[in-house]
Amino acid sequence: MSSVRLLIGTRKGAFVLTSDGTRKSWKIDGPHFPGWELYHLKGSPVDPNRLYASQTSGWFGQQLQRSDDGGATWSPVNNQFTYDGVPGTHQWYDGTPHPWEFKRVWHLEPSLTDPDTVYAGAEDAGLFKSTDGGNSWHELSGLRLNETGPHWQPGAGGLCLHTILLDPTNPDRIVIAISAAGAFRSDDAGKTWKPINKGLHSKYIPDPNAEVGHCVHHIAMNPKTPKTLFMQKHWDVMRSDDAGDRWTKISGNLPTDFGFVIDVHSHQPETVYVVPIKSDSEHFPLDGKLQVFRSRTGGNEWEPLTKGLPQQDCYVNILRDAMAVDQLDDCGIYFGTTGGQVYCSPDAGDSWQAITHDLPAVLSVEAQTLA
Amino acid sequence: MPTLRIDLPVHLRRLASIPTHELSLDVPAPVTIASTLDALELRYPMLRGTIRDHVTKQRRAFLRFFVCEEDWSHLPTNTPLPDAILTGREPLIILGAIAGG
Repeated sequence: MSSVRLLIGTRKGAFVLTSDGTRKSWKIDGPHFPGWELYHLKGSPVDPNRLYASQTSGWFGQQLQRSDDGGATWSPVNNQFTYDGVPGTHQWYDGTPHPWEFKRVWHLEPSLTDPDTVYAGAEDAGLFKSTDGGNSWHELSGLRLNETGPHWQPGAGGLCLHTILLDPTNPDRIVIAISAAGAFRSDDAGKTWKPINKGLHSKYIPDPNAEVGHCVHHIAMNPKTPKTLFMQKHWDVMRSDDAGDRWTKISGNLPTDFGFVIDVHSHQPETVYVVPIKSDSEHFPLDGKLQVFRSRTGGNEWEPLTKGLPQQDCYVNILRDAMAVDQLDDCGIYFGTTGGQVYCSPDAGDSWQAITHDLPAVLSVEAQTLA
Repeated sequence: MPTLRIDLPVHLRRLASIPTHELSLDVPAPVTIASTLDALELRYPMLRGTIRDHVTKQRRAFLRFFVCEEDWSHLPTNTPLPDAILTGREPLIILGAIAGG
């Protein structure tokens, strides 16, 4: 029988949650790396026991951890992320030039074909790659050296590269997103990049239709339809059907289209999930009601999913990497909150249960479906 | 070669799988904070980048060096350490700043 393993990154350590395919009873292991911030953990699609974890600390900097046994034991690997050449400058919050400085790894994306190859998205925005299981890292500097780079400006959370999508049908295609520069795509395995932000519109920036400068919060893709991308922007939920060349707004009847997470059903490429957040100045659900919204039509028409979720006095946030889907037939959906709850829906969102209420603030959730 | 007593923050001891509160470290002369960190990072490569920057060797902002109850954090790291440290009578304390809530 299949089982599910959840990799949970929190403000104070990592947790590994496991269940059989019913997803009713869960075993919680952890904390791993207690006291450290675990921005993201993710397993290799070709070797599910090979896991990578980004472990960071304001005191001690960045660590990268690797597990070869599904998270039972971990070993630190190389933690040196050095920008290629002279890093140059991006824009600071006040518009002045500011030197690129490595701060942390936000997102890890293992290769679809090789467990020793993994990509790391960094703050300040840079894309790094390891081909030896994390023992060494090199920057794919064509991204940072894109002609728009000197104009990139950090969002409130920093100039972070938080989304990395690998196209299973085209090994040369990578899509990434940076707050608050926007989305970018490479069609030559990371050598060169172009902004893919046409159709995005962001009020209050000097040019609302600018090529870069959009605060993209997250992008999701169903691997079966890799040209179709779904984006949760700062405000606005968007979709593209040409790998980002053009975006259209699909917020439709959402009560608010501010939010961080977005994900796609693992078997139904037009079924999309978001968690609307009240506003950019009030990062909690509307009216204290935690609601996941699902569209079965690829956007515009959304239905609230509330069964099993708190419908009063709930003022948590769901951060950009804190939602995941499993591969079981009925598609489990998972998300974690800044209040330390991890919710599971074993039926594609129809009903929810809390796996746990009391973890530290959840930064990331990844789901592995194991044979 | 002097054998120093080093007191590390608990997070770094766990990272390096050091089971004891203090560790003993042989440091070749001249014994300074810089040479001590060189020896420490040679023995525990996972500590590279955690106490000082990989490239610039600048102390990380929230860490402090204490020598015989004195804060040496702002002294040049090539300052010779005193006999009390070299003989092991006193530990070199690498302290995480106590800040925040």
